[in-house]
Amino acid sequence: MTTLDLLQLNKAMTVKSLSKNGVSSKLVDMGLYPGKIVEVVFKAPFGGPIAIDLDGYTLSLRKDEASLVEVE
Amino acid sequence: MKISLVGNPNSGKTSLFNQLTGLNQKIGNFPGVTVDKKSGKLKRSDNPVEILDLPGIYSLYPKTQDEKVVYDLLRDKQNPDYPDRIVVVVDASNLERNLLLFTQVLDLGVPVTMALNMTDVADKKGLVIDTDKLSEVLGGVDIMPIIARTGKGVNELIDHLVENKPTKTSEPFLGGEFDEGQFLIDDPDTRKERVESRYKKIRQVLSFVVKEKPLPKSMVLRHRKVDRVLTHPIFGYAIFLGVLFLIFQAIYAWSEWPMDLIDSLFISASKWTKETLPEGVLTNLLAEGIIPGLGGVVIFIPQITLLFAFIFVLEETGYMSRVVFILDRFMRPFGLNGRSVVPLISGVACAIPAIMATRTIDNWKERLITIMVTPLMSCSARLPVYTLLIALVVPDTMVAGVFNLKGLVLLGLYLIGLVAALLAALAFKLIVKSKQKSFLVMELPLYKMPRWNNLVVTLWEKVRLFVFDAGKVIFSISIILWVLASYGPGDRIDNAVSQIPEPKTAAEVEEYETEVSSVSLANSYIGILGNSIEPVIKPLGYNWQIGIALITSFAAREVFVGSMATIYSVGEDFDTEQTLLERMRNEKIRGTNEPVYTLATGMSLMIFYAFAMQCMSTLAIVLRETKNWKYPFIQLVYMTALAYVAAFITYQLLS
Repeated sequence: MTTLDLLQLNKAMTVKSLSKNGVSSKLVDMGLYPGKIVEVVFKAPFGGPIAIDLDGYTLSLRKDEASLVEVE
Repeated sequence: MKISLVGNPNSGKTSLFNQLTGLNQKIGNFPGVTVDKKSGKLKRSDNPVEILDLPGIYSLYPKTQDEKVVYDLLRDKQNPDYPDRIVVVVDASNLERNLLLFTQVLDLGVPVTMALNMTDVADKKGLVIDTDKLSEVLGGVDIMPIIARTGKGVNELIDHLVENKPTKTSEPFLGGEFDEGQFLIDDPDTRKERVESRYKKIRQVLSFVVKEKPLPKSMVLRHRKVDRVLTHPIFGYAIFLGVLFLIFQAIYAWSEWPMDLIDSLFISASKWTKETLPEGVLTNLLAEGIIPGLGGVVIFIPQITLLFAFIFVLEETGYMSRVVFILDRFMRPFGLNGRSVVPLISGVACAIPAIMATRTIDNWKERLITIMVTPLMSCSARLPVYTLLIALVVPDTMVAGVFNLKGLVLLGLYLIGLVAALLAALAFKLIVKSKQKSFLVMELPLYKMPRWNNLVVTLWEKVRLFVFDAGKVIFSISIILWVLASYGPGDRIDNAVSQIPEPKTAAEVEEYETEVSSVSLANSYIGILGNSIEPVIKPLGYNWQIGIALITSFAAREVFVGSMATIYSVGEDFDTEQTLLERMRNEKIRGTNEPVYTLATGMSLMIFYAFAMQCMSTLAIVLRETKNWKYPFIQLVYMTALAYVAAFITYQLLS
């Protein structure tokens, strides 16, 4: 079990849960919810946001937001 | 009949709106917020059908200002804009996420039509969608497949809307009753659960309706390759700098001649009016107040058009969101957002389009901070002021054998603007309170060719907004400034002018006229004001002549040079810059033999112009964008205070 911000590139994982936080309901709106298979596809340099693949579309989010998402 | 358009950002909603209404659009406001309300009349319809283009949103549960607008409208049946039918634009290539919003809207109980857009992109992605089956599982909803980019299927959609068949939808997607007050739930966790259960059901629906052909991901993988280059730690930033460089080259190269043309057109219109109409107050008002006032509005159109044309291309191709992605990291510490980069950089050309471009920032606090600090970036109107003063006071020496000191000072002024903007942002970050948490959860859309027919609509919208909204304020202030510069108390101006010896020869007439305008300005209300602020600006190293130029150039910074020319009674001809320089160089402090324009005074004046809010057009556009007098007022006060203190320190250090 780890969180999305710590994932290596191109490693598909399943979303386990999202911690309770105002922003995580935004993530669910965007289609990032438990059961979804996610994969970090590229990252912004110098610790910037990350880009993940969600069923063929690309979603970017900051590491702070990604740390709310538990994956396994 | 009223129809509302609802859809995800990047779903092609605006394209469809343009296709449905053409140029027949008007822009208003939603009450109390800074979100624009775009509406238009449906083409080819005998009965008036009003189409309202609601902001692009992902969910009906409001988290941003845009979502709040849609949420407030759709839960209030008494609202005059409450729709008789809702058209939800659904991106077929992202069906799952788009169906979330669609099913939320469906459950409101208002007749709904689905405009299933980008079926071509879905095709390329290898997705086969059975629309009959989709309609069936959604309770018989009308589904109209379209390709908004090319206009395919739009005529059929219009026919369908005109026909206005009663809806066949039988029961809400999530069960229970229609409009069961689900959007009144304020608890975020309950909302999250509801969205999750919606997604669960949507997934079941999709498993019936969508077939994926083999090779589905090849297109996406091609786009990802481009992504890796554009977000690369070296190439990513290098490409961005290259794009910026091209844009600025183009703006400077292409906006110069239309601006010169507009300038000379309005000058000759003024001249013509003065020569043709009978002499009198009205003629003067027209020739010296109204026509230059209009000219002061129109002159910005080339820069606004060009900058927005480039921003349009960056947005439409999808490159802009990659820029936001790689620069967010550097803007965050200053209370800004990756999206603040474009306005800040555009501010080097002109703060007006730059501030209009802050609309893409959906966090209100970050948008406000960006608006507040953008005018600190050294815009092109400061350049004439800098050029004159650098020529006047900075010695022509070389630094380290290669760098010209004049050039270094100019570069320094640009850098100091950038540093001040970032520091001011930091200060505002600590002052501005916001309940809205900063987040950047953003779709990175597939790369696309821009839709050129949308470009015309977008540019027309921006120009109209500036000319009619900000233009009113700019125009009124120009007239007020003209009155203050043309009139003085009692017959003070006439008395002063009668002191000047009448011209005896024809050769002296021109000299006499420049002398008259100089004396008139010095004795007008503005002149008196400039004189009376001398004690206040003396610690900065300024005299009353500079005081007058400071007040007149409140309208626009570049007016400084013209005002100086009038005060020192040199004509405003093109070749007289040298004479103006001579006059200013020979100027002595009252009662002494010390020159006025020393290095200290010149530097202090440049620093003042770098920071002061000497641009009423910017204030007018800030008012337009924030819809609150408070913000342009705060901006005026803080920038003037900053300018005063910084100029004071500069003068005291150098003198």
